[in-house]
Amino acid sequence: MFDARPQHNDQHREYLRHRTQQFRQQVQRRLDGSLTEEEFRPLRLKNGVYLQLHSYMYRVAIPYGALTPDQLRMLGHVAERWDRGYGHFTTRTNIQFHWHKLVDIPDSMEALNSVGIHSIQTSGNTIRNVNADAFAGAADDELEDPRPWAELIRIWSTDHAEFQFLPRKFKISVSAGKQDRSAVSAYDIGLRIVERDGQRGFQVWVGGGLGRTPYLGQVIRDFLPQADLLPYLEAILSVYNLTGRRDNKWKARIKITVAERGLDVFRADVEAEFAQRRQQFSGLDQEILRDLRARFAPPEFRDAPVQGYEAARAANGAFRSWTDTNLHPHRIPGYASVIVTLKAPGATPGDMSAEQMRLVADLAERLAHGDIRVNHDQNLVLPHVRKADLPELYEALRAVGLATANFGKITDIISCPGMDYCTLATARSIPIAQDIAAHFRARGLEDEIGEMKIRISGCINACGHHHLGHIGILGLDRAGVENYQITLGGDGYETPTLGQRAGAGFPADQVVPAIDRLVDAYLELRESPDERFLDAYRRLGVAPFKAALYPADA
Amino acid sequence: MSKGFTPSPATPGVITANDLRMGHCVWMRDGRWTADPRAAELFEDEAIAELALLDAVSQADLVVGPYLVEAKRGADGRPEPAHFREAFRRSGPTHKHFQQAEAEASHV
Ligand code: HEM
Ligand code: SF4
Repeated sequence: MFDARPQHNDQHREYLRHRTQQFRQQVQRRLDGSLTEEEFRPLRLKNGVYLQLHSYMYRVAIPYGALTPDQLRMLGHVAERWDRGYGHFTTRTNIQFHWHKLVDIPDSMEALNSVGIHSIQTSGNTIRNVNADAFAGAADDELEDPRPWAELIRIWSTDHAEFQFLPRKFKISVSAGKQDRSAVSAYDIGLRIVERDGQRGFQVWVGGGLGRTPYLGQVIRDFLPQADLLPYLEAILSVYNLTGRRDNKWKARIKITVAERGLDVFRADVEAEFAQRRQQFSGLDQEILRDLRARFAPPEFRDAPVQGYEAARAANGAFRSWTDTNLHPHRIPGYASVIVTLKAPGATPGDMSAEQMRLVADLAERLAHGDIRVNHDQNLVLPHVRKADLPELYEALRAVGLATANFGKITDIISCPGMDYCTLATARSIPIAQDIAAHFRARGLEDEIGEMKIRISGCINACGHHHLGHIGILGLDRAGVENYQITLGGDGYETPTLGQRAGAGFPADQVVPAIDRLVDAYLELRESPDERFLDAYRRLGVAPFKAALYPADA
Repeated sequence: MSKGFTPSPATPGVITANDLRMGHCVWMRDGRWTADPRAAELFEDEAIAELALLDAVSQADLVVGPYLVEAKRGADGRPEPAHFREAFRRSGPTHKHFQQAEAEASHV
């Protein structure tokens, strides 16, 4: 085990220095011919370096989405110095730089290391970046801050010798609110912090995952005492490591292991292993946790009168609309969490320029206790902002195109990079997202429609979580032409549901008209403006929406 | 994607890869690599294409992942992409922000 936030810790800094030096030598050996591509590829992937359609892509982890201003500034610096001036935030709260040159990556890596970020285990069959609620430490419905737990998992899983060659990649997410905001059912392991009879613990979900055979996770342990977390995780991982399939890449995720063996059999193995593992934990993890809790102590909240905020809301309609849409309730009165959507009309979902990164870093330092998060929807969050400071924050964000009032709306679309970047893609996804957003912005319908989650993936791997979209869109190649399949009724959160395929796919230029018909049907059919698209779909079933999508068949 | 593809006069092919150091797309012509897709050599003969591909694979110090892929002969005799994936590899990303950013960059 090594300690976390490297800027506080020499041992970790030394570890990162060593790793980056090692990678620099590996690149050198690839260039001078002493390593073949076959030998080099797994080494570069272990460091988050992919080769995409037009360039190398460098994927950097943002553990549980948390960034300091210095770190965000450094991401901006890297974007400018070694990339094309922007980065792409993903649903897994990584950032991907799409235009790195192989020869530059060791320098870029070293720069990131200087502020404690790295790309270790952002690829390969290892435990990947841990996700947590973006409103951690701020949300009004939170039982406790999930970040110390997420950090504990990160410390434990990084370079964990036993879990470097798992059957397949492994993703963990932690949720702490009464509402699940971390899509725990879509992860290999999902953890919900819960309380039973006054005791804190975890509800443990296992076997979720999307991709070509999507599965929602199942509850393997309804209540796990908090102190047992690491031995229990270790038990799940070790059972998976031994029983997960290695003969077929498409059947190697834990979702298949659990589905094939059955949850009860899998659980029995895990419990037996857990009984053993538990003995091996000496309590060091709990000591580390105590330190982490101190490190994630809340900032010193300052009271400030909110009259100015209320007056600004009354005076400025655009500001009011932004505060109606892009704020999340904070546990401290007089504070709010702000969602900075990276979804301005015409923008690429999740993309952020170096200039915007610097500006948000400065604003976070000045107005948001220096705390920045990346959320699951490819947006940024400033978790702690005094309401009194919101007018100033809004104006500053607006100046760089970051004050779009559309969080959770039809224009706040998750999209994977698709065939504009990705070698695995079967079709493009970003331009579809842009067209849909531009269309509904032009129709002025975002507020009228209310909450609507559109999710787009450029292939069956489902990086855009399309199965969990209220409307999901999957780009395919049908006889050499891009074609888009629509799924309906997916939900990643409170009532996890996989979307159902609506019918035949649409050519690219027919996607917007199809979504338009769907939305019109919904507006027509809903019982009241409070009934979301998803609710109306659940009430009415697929038939009326299918009729809207395929009027010729009706 | 090039699996099973056999070039012929009716369905010619090009050999393409990514540059090892920089990552950008490159195409083969006379055993060397060019970043200009329109300068790529069109292979119409299976045996010649196979030999060229062997040569491409042997140049692992310069390129990554070379493959033979179908192309079309354009009106000017130069290669045109046969599939949209190859068209995007030639054009670069197509989405708006990217092109706007590029256009703005070229105006300064
Ligand atoms: C070079 C780019 C990428 C590659 C090669 C890639 C590859 C893959 C593959 C092969 C899968 C399927 C795994 C399986 O079913 O076993 C997958 C799933 C996934 N990826 Fe990606 N991905 C890329 C980019 C992204 C991006 C940009 C995001 C976020 C926007 C992302 C997030 C996810 C998520 C959420 C899943 C589904 C959840 C799961 O089952 O793991 N990936 N990816
Ligand atoms: S869903 Fe497919 S196209 Fe999109 S990023 Fe993942 S692998 Fe690439």
